[in-house]
Amino acid sequence: MRFLLDDEQRDFARSLDAMLTAADTPAVVRAWAAGDTAPARAVWARLAEAGVFALAVPERHDGIGSLPTELAVAFNELGRHAVPGPVVETVAAAALLDRLGTLGDEAAAATWLPGIASGKTAASLCLISGPGAGSGSGPASGSGFGFGFGESPYALDADSADAVFVVDGDTVRLTEVAGPVQPSADPARRLSRPLGGTVLARGPRVSAAAAHAAEVAALATAAQALGLGRALLARTVAYARQRTQFGVPIGSFQAVKHRLADALIALEFAEPLVHAAALALAANAESSGAEIAAAKVSACEAACSAARTALHLHGALGYTEEPDLSLWIRKARALRGAWGTPAACRARVLAP
Amino acid sequence: MDLDFTAAEDAFRAEARAWLAAQVPPAPLPSLETAEGFAAHREWERTLFADRWSVVSWPEEYGGRGASILQWLIFEEEYYAAGAPGRVSQNGINLLAPTLFEHGTQEQRARILPPMASGEAIWAQAWSEPESGSDLASLRSTAARTDGGWLLNGQKTWSSRAAFADRAFGLFRSDQDGLATGKPHRGLTYLMFPLDADGVTVRPIGRLDGKPAFAELFLSDVFVPDQDVIGEPGQGWRVAMSTAGNERGLTLRSPGRFTAAAERLTALWRDHADPADTALRDRVADAVIRARAYQLFTYANASRIAAGSAIGAESSLNKVYWSELDIALHETALDLLGPYGELSDEAEEAPAHGSWSEGYTFSLAGPIYAGTNEIQRDIIAERLLGLPKGRQ
Repeated sequence: MRFLLDDEQRDFARSLDAMLTAADTPAVVRAWAAGDTAPARAVWARLAEAGVFALAVPERHDGIGSLPTELAVAFNELGRHAVPGPVVETVAAAALLDRLGTLGDEAAAATWLPGIASGKTAASLCLISGPGAGSGSGPASGSGFGFGFGESPYALDADSADAVFVVDGDTVRLTEVAGPVQPSADPARRLSRPLGGTVLARGPRVSAAAAHAAEVAALATAAQALGLGRALLARTVAYARQRTQFGVPIGSFQAVKHRLADALIALEFAEPLVHAAALALAANAESSGAEIAAAKVSACEAACSAARTALHLHGALGYTEEPDLSLWIRKARALRGAWGTPAACRARVLAP
Repeated sequence: MDLDFTAAEDAFRAEARAWLAAQVPPAPLPSLETAEGFAAHREWERTLFADRWSVVSWPEEYGGRGASILQWLIFEEEYYAAGAPGRVSQNGINLLAPTLFEHGTQEQRARILPPMASGEAIWAQAWSEPESGSDLASLRSTAARTDGGWLLNGQKTWSSRAAFADRAFGLFRSDQDGLATGKPHRGLTYLMFPLDADGVTVRPIGRLDGKPAFAELFLSDVFVPDQDVIGEPGQGWRVAMSTAGNERGLTLRSPGRFTAAAERLTALWRDHADPADTALRDRVADAVIRARAYQLFTYANASRIAAGSAIGAESSLNKVYWSELDIALHETALDLLGPYGELSDEAEEAPAHGSWSEGYTFSLAGPIYAGTNEIQRDIIAERLLGLPKGRQ
């Protein structure tokens, strides 16, 4: 056993980190929120060049995957830099199409996967009523309002995505029309209801593929949340060292220290859950559903608590929109509910 | 990156599992914090030792198997999954032995370790004093030079297992200059002494449930020969702290203890909980998730150690995590038990032979001993996050 990222995976993370630092992602996020997609598509192209989307696409469709551990490494960095756009949805759509392909529907896979791998296609995916539909997505398994694990009426960034896939029960549709954008608490997330569309596939294999896609989406979201939380903690530690009150840095006060220590503890113990979930997914293990759910809820709760700590320790500044910090704080809350609410994740951990 | 065990590790697990299945007493032993239970647990240590399972990570010459950290973790997983008794020798095995391996003499190791491994000599710790808890370095019990050794005087307290143990180890002030010059860590000496020596008075203290889990020690001119000093006189703080990370981090509470408890909690929940009570379900899920997280975090640490890294302040992350998990897990179990949750572990009708109740009482001490969780959070903030020193 060597339960540590290897040198190559670490180098991959470092190079993405450097690239995204240079890309000035806060400006990219603000542009995206205002409807200007060009800067984010430029970042998208560079991520594709680095192989990020190809990690979710198999070799027979011009990808290099699927490689869940590397995907988790990459999404950790995307989260650290709050990269906007349907990044999670694109790799989840790739997982859906890939699985549909291996189950016999190669046409859709061949049509869309090479473009996803190359970065040409930004896709969105939405499970209106997904894998649990009809089998009692009640309070024991669901996310409230009758939605099951990973289900939502909204597709992320459907207004700008090149392809929007919608799973409704055992049917997957490709839609071209989206309803009006419903602003999210995270300005970088543009939500809308996908409308109409043409049927791509139908039947039990759609349900199976959608369940797989929801797992990939939950894993990618967990990794993204982890990176987001790390960035929030790092910024807040730096602030607590530099901000002085009563003549000393506020970071020397025990009450401040202990909040930051707790934020670190939550992130440190969520990280191995994310790595183990990626390994379980890679091995197609029976436990992958529970492992991914454990990672999702732990990473998202760690990110949210890091966001609360960041907000609080920055004082009124943390409650202000203008600093870049606000982009990270608001994303943490949105990711918590996306692709598996805390309750849905906990139910899945204990599912027999 | 992987979570795979080798064929040899799988074989080791199978061997441990088979041995435990054959040897673990069918009913739990009486609480090790009672005279009767202490004796029964001492006997169990002898059974473990007879087949070389009491100290698997030690070298073979002292009764161990030279097991790797990962093998030790495997053993612990199997041990607690099998419902095996608590370890009455834990203070010696986890705290004193690592110190002897690092700072002891060959003579000390040969004399002290085998009887520790067999349960013949059970050790208590003598760190805290009435006026020195978290601020341990301010301790005032003294070791004064005498012909061929040292004379101990003073008072130790919260000495775990000391009510029934045979020997104790701890820190004593052998030079007063450190205290006078504001450098209290200086001038401390690490010594071992028998609890039945002349001049030692042991006064057992009842923990929250009344069992004498620890004791006060009154020392009056207790003679300790030179051969029972560990490391150099005056260097006791450095000697003690070099293995403190062991206690907080890897060895004090292994993940197997919590993964096994989480499994038992899940079984209890499946058998007895109201399925509509999703609040309780979420707490059970959290216990399962956190036990798994602690296990995985420890696998990562074991991998780091195997790759040549040392674990330092990171051990404080473990200490806070497992101690809070332990309480949350047992509180959940007691809530799940409904009217049976308040029964003492001594009640005839207490579910699971009182193990949830006993485990809960035991867990409450976790955030206090081995450095309080406030001290641990200070360490995390200052050494891992780089925040400035200061405790206002």
